[in-house]
Order: sequence, then structure tokens, then C-alpha cells
Amino acid sequence: MTVDAAVSTEAPAAYLARYGEMLLIRRFETEMHRLFLKGEVHGTTHLSTGQEAVPVGVCSALEPGDYLAGTYRGHGHALAKGTDPEALIAEMLGRATGVCRGRAGSMNVIDVEHNLVGCFGIVGGSIAAATGAALAARRQGQVAVAMFGDGATNQGYFHECLNFAEVLALPVVFVCENNFYGEFTPMLKVTAGQDIAARAGAYGIPGHVVDGNDLWAVREAAVQAVGRARSGSGPTLLECQTYRHHGHSKADPARYRPPEEVERWLARDPLTIARTRLLELGVSEPAIAEVEEAARARMDRAVEAALAAPYPDPAAEHATEFAP
Amino acid sequence: MTSAELEFRAAIREAIIEEMERDESVVFFGEDIAAEQGGVFAVTPRIQERFGSERVFDTPISELALSGAAFGAAVAGLRPIIEIMFGDFMGLAMDSLVNQSAKYWYVSGEQRSVPLVVRSAVGGGGRFGAIHSQTHASWFQGIPGLKIVFPSSPAEAKGLLKGAIRDDNPVIFLEHKRLYSVRGPAPAHPAPAAGEALPLGRARVARPGSDLTIASAGKSVADALEAAEELAGDGIEAEVIDLRTLRPLDLDTVLESVARTNRLLAVEEGPRTGGFGSGLLGQVAEHGLHDLDDAWLLATDELPIPYSPTLEDAFIPDARAIAAAVRERAGVMDERHA
Repeated sequence: MTVDAAVSTEAPAAYLARYGEMLLIRRFETEMHRLFLKGEVHGTTHLSTGQEAVPVGVCSALEPGDYLAGTYRGHGHALAKGTDPEALIAEMLGRATGVCRGRAGSMNVIDVEHNLVGCFGIVGGSIAAATGAALAARRQGQVAVAMFGDGATNQGYFHECLNFAEVLALPVVFVCENNFYGEFTPMLKVTAGQDIAARAGAYGIPGHVVDGNDLWAVREAAVQAVGRARSGSGPTLLECQTYRHHGHSKADPARYRPPEEVERWLARDPLTIARTRLLELGVSEPAIAEVEEAARARMDRAVEAALAAPYPDPAAEHATEFAP
Repeated sequence: MTSAELEFRAAIREAIIEEMERDESVVFFGEDIAAEQGGVFAVTPRIQERFGSERVFDTPISELALSGAAFGAAVAGLRPIIEIMFGDFMGLAMDSLVNQSAKYWYVSGEQRSVPLVVRSAVGGGGRFGAIHSQTHASWFQGIPGLKIVFPSSPAEAKGLLKGAIRDDNPVIFLEHKRLYSVRGPAPAHPAPAAGEALPLGRARVARPGSDLTIASAGKSVADALEAAEELAGDGIEAEVIDLRTLRPLDLDTVLESVARTNRLLAVEEGPRTGGFGSGLLGQVAEHGLHDLDDAWLLATDELPIPYSPTLEDAFIPDARAIAAAVRERAGVMDERHA
């Protein structure tokens, strides 16, 4: 059976569960937005609302032992890789029960238990982290995935690591979440050639443009790329085109985006696309509603628990500079 | 050379080979390191044929990718040794070391540490000019989570590199290029014994003395030892402390010495500002002012390292400059210049 057939003949129930994961991310980001405005989330935070299909589709193709390196817009990356929602919210709130004990915050989440190498606060850092993890993964029969934005494709990390990974035939998948804006600047204005997937060709790597708002399309591309990596055939670049519903960070109202462009993308909300498709596949409205309610309830419980958790006590930290 | 002697570059090679034999998770990669010559300073020839291309391999000239990949590999369970050919190139490798490797243990809430070693050739005197002669320790001096090792002799290099590879933290390992061809006693006794790793973070008294303490690291320790012999002829007994690691700094060993000698000279082949020398003086002043009669720093001018032999030789503090600095401070006339 070909990979395509394996994906397309999969039972709708599997996609219903993935839809639930997307909802969980959406709820998480909505809560972050609310808690930020209340002053519970400190500093800044970068929401991935609108981009949920990419991490869920990609991680659906991974085994638990595979590695993922995410970005500072990484709440969805962590959740899709298996990070406990309560521990993730607690981290955002700076609480002692956070996945990094409140030391990391929104931009730097690390979850070793789930092989989330980290979320990287500097654009492009995830690319090298996954490339390196692939050196270990190759021995372990595993695969490493780098998530990064369109902005990262103009960093040295992108070009050096695509070349590095191909000459060493590393089991790594490069997943660009192209949301068409690097902070406030349109991707097309600062990206020579205006074609991210095509850049892979220069390095002898397959590069594919993927509808990043279509869970099925992302999963299909990811299954192929991950399978290719695991079989020893080397890296693949996936350019998943998507859109963030919010600004770059919490300080950004995103007025630089034309309203008609925003409207066009809001009409292609990945959750709406997935819901419609599930109904077409014969999943019942009550079954969908049940998953929606479960995601809402789970996130509500997680928020409640995180808000009740204590802040770290500086006197009780006993932090050490070095590992013993 | 007697059979008990070891060349500095061979000490480095032996340390890598012994640790790779000891631990399957140790891997080694960099630019030209697996090529027949074994790097531009011929330090690592024929290691690849011993361990295979999965564990030892050449990389593209891509310092960002190299150091970033070392970080990712370490997080995922390997113990990478990488070579950034000249220390000067560390500017390119810095992001993943400073922002990722160094912070991982703390920021992750101590979920995992990042065991990697970054070897580089450093130091002046080779006529390589301003951008192939620097000692990058000071660039990393203020980064919590990084260890910085700067060995002074073949035996020290072997023991400290083995210690660095076994250490669970990211280690910046400096190899002074004017030491590569130096031969010295092989590790025997008292320490490090043959095959043993030296734990990081402990200085050593390289030469006991009672009149002043000269503290330094790397090649400058060898220079200080030479200067101390010269000064002994003037009746000045200098104690020479080999700091070995610049981060963490073994302040206790220096304070203990200064408590006896009451005088401290820090020697650094690098600019006066922001290096380990000025940092050491500050810490000794903070914790041992009552023991101090004098403390000063011999370092380089606040200028890039010059190329021309006359300029470079005058720029870098060597044994003669160290001895002269002590005599001047002690009010002893150098008879040769009298």
C-alpha cells in the first residue's frame, strides 16, 4: 500500500481525535490571550491561532521517540508533541508546576520527556537543534523535525543546516510554517525568489508546498517526509502555508495586514475546514460536539489548576549553574 | 624525546581516542578533522579510520550548523566533541552555545544537561594576524552554564580534555597553537595519572613560591614558569598557579596562595578589559583584600593583535615580559638593562 493510500483510507475517527488536538491548541491560545490581558501571562507571548493544523498534522506522523524542535510561537508545537496542557499553562503563568518549573516562559519551553528538544526564542535556532538531534536519532531509528517560520528561511541556520543535513543524509524533516509575515514585514518583501519550497532544490532536497490549513494535506506530506527520513533517504522541506489570526506578539495589533487578506484567511480557518471535512466523511454532529466539549473542559481544568499553583519560591530554588 | 614524553597535539588525540573507546556516545566532527592530515594543525589524523564515519566526520564550513548540531545531538543523547578550527571563528558559533547549550540545564528546570566540547586553536605568536590569533575565552567569560578550559602542558591537556568530554556540561576547550609542538612529560604521577581524567574547576600550583603569586592559564603558565626560574636568580620566589579552568574559576586555590605570598600578578594573553585576569583581581580584592599588599594585571593593549613579527612580539606578554613586570613592581633592576 502506498503512503497516500494509507492516509486517505484511514478511519475518520483518527482525524476526529486530531481535530480535538487542534481544538485544544485553539483553546489554549484563546486562554493565553485572556490571561495575558489579565496580567497573568508576563512579558510577551506569541499566539499560533490559525496555524493549528501544521503541528497536529506533522506530529501525527511521528512516533513518541521522534524529536521535535519548535519556535517561540510554540505552544501548539509542545501540545501536539504531547506536553501536558496544565504544565504548559503553568509555565506561561510562571508557576512552580510549569513544565520548566517557571524558568522558561512562553518562548523557551523544553519537554525532554516528550522529546520536545525545545522551543527556540531566536529565529532559526530550531533548525540546527533538529539537525543535531537527527545525528542521535539516526542511531536510534528515530527522526527529528524542525518547525520554523518563513522568517527563518533567511537565516544562516536554514541554509547551513539544509546543506549539512543533505550531505550527511540525516533523518530530519524541515517544516516551514509560512504565515507570510516575519514579525511585521511581509515575507514576499524580504525573501528573494519569493519561493521557500524551491530553495530546497538548490540543496538537492525535495521541497513541497503544502496547504498548512488542511489537516489532511499536512498529515499526508508529513507521513511521506517522515517515512523518507526514517528509511535513510535524507531530509525533506515542507513549506506549510498558513496564517496567524493575531499579530506577531501581544504588543502587535497587526494593522500592516490588508483587511481583505485577513478576511480571506479567516474564511479558511483550519478548524472550520477540518470540521466540514469530518461531517463530509460521515462523522456525526454529536460526535464532533463531544470532542469540542472535551477539549474545552480539559483546557478549563488545566487553567484552573495552573492558576491555583504556587509561584516558585526564590529561597527554595537551590539552582545550580552546572549539572553535577 | 624519551618514551615518557608526549607532544601536546598527541595528548589531545590520545584523549579523544581513549574517551571514544570508553564511551560509544562520544562523537567527533568538524571542518577537515577527519581528512588525512587531521585538521589544519594535524591534531587528529586517522581517528576516523579507527571509529568510522558515523562517529567521526568532516562537515561543511558551517560554524552555525556545526555548533547548533552539537547542541541538538547532545540533547538527544550523544556526547559531541566539535572542532571550531580557530577560536576567532567562534563568533559564528556563538548563538547556539550561549543561547541554547549554556542555558539548557537551568531553563529546562534541570530536565537535561548538554554534554558537549568545543575545541579550538587559539592564541597569538603565529603571525596569523588579528582574526586568527585571538583567545575567545573572554567572549564567554560571563555566560553562566559554560565551562572554559585552557590547558598549559601536554599532560594537562590530556587529563583536562578527558575531563571535559566526561563532564555533563558544555565546555569551551582552548588549545594554544604555540603549544601544539611542545613536548612534556606524559601523564604519570602524581596527577594526572596515565589515562585519568582531570575534573574541571580545580586550579593547581604549578610551582611553589613564597614572594608572589603569578596566576594564569594556557601557554602563559609555561611562560610564567620560565619567568619564575629567571626571577629565582634575583632571589624572587614566585608561586605559579595554573588556573586550568577559567569558568568556573577556582578562587580558593588563588586566595590560599595569596594568603602566603601577599602579592598577585594575573597574566592574560588578551585585552586588559573584560578578561579572566581582571575578573580574578576583582574577586581576590573582594574576598582577600586583607591578604594583599599588591595586585596587578599583565595583559595586552586594547588593540587587535598585529601581524608584523616585531609588533606581535612586543604585543604579547611572554616570559621576559612577565619577569620584567615583576622586577619593575618589586623595584629590582634588570641587570641586562642596567
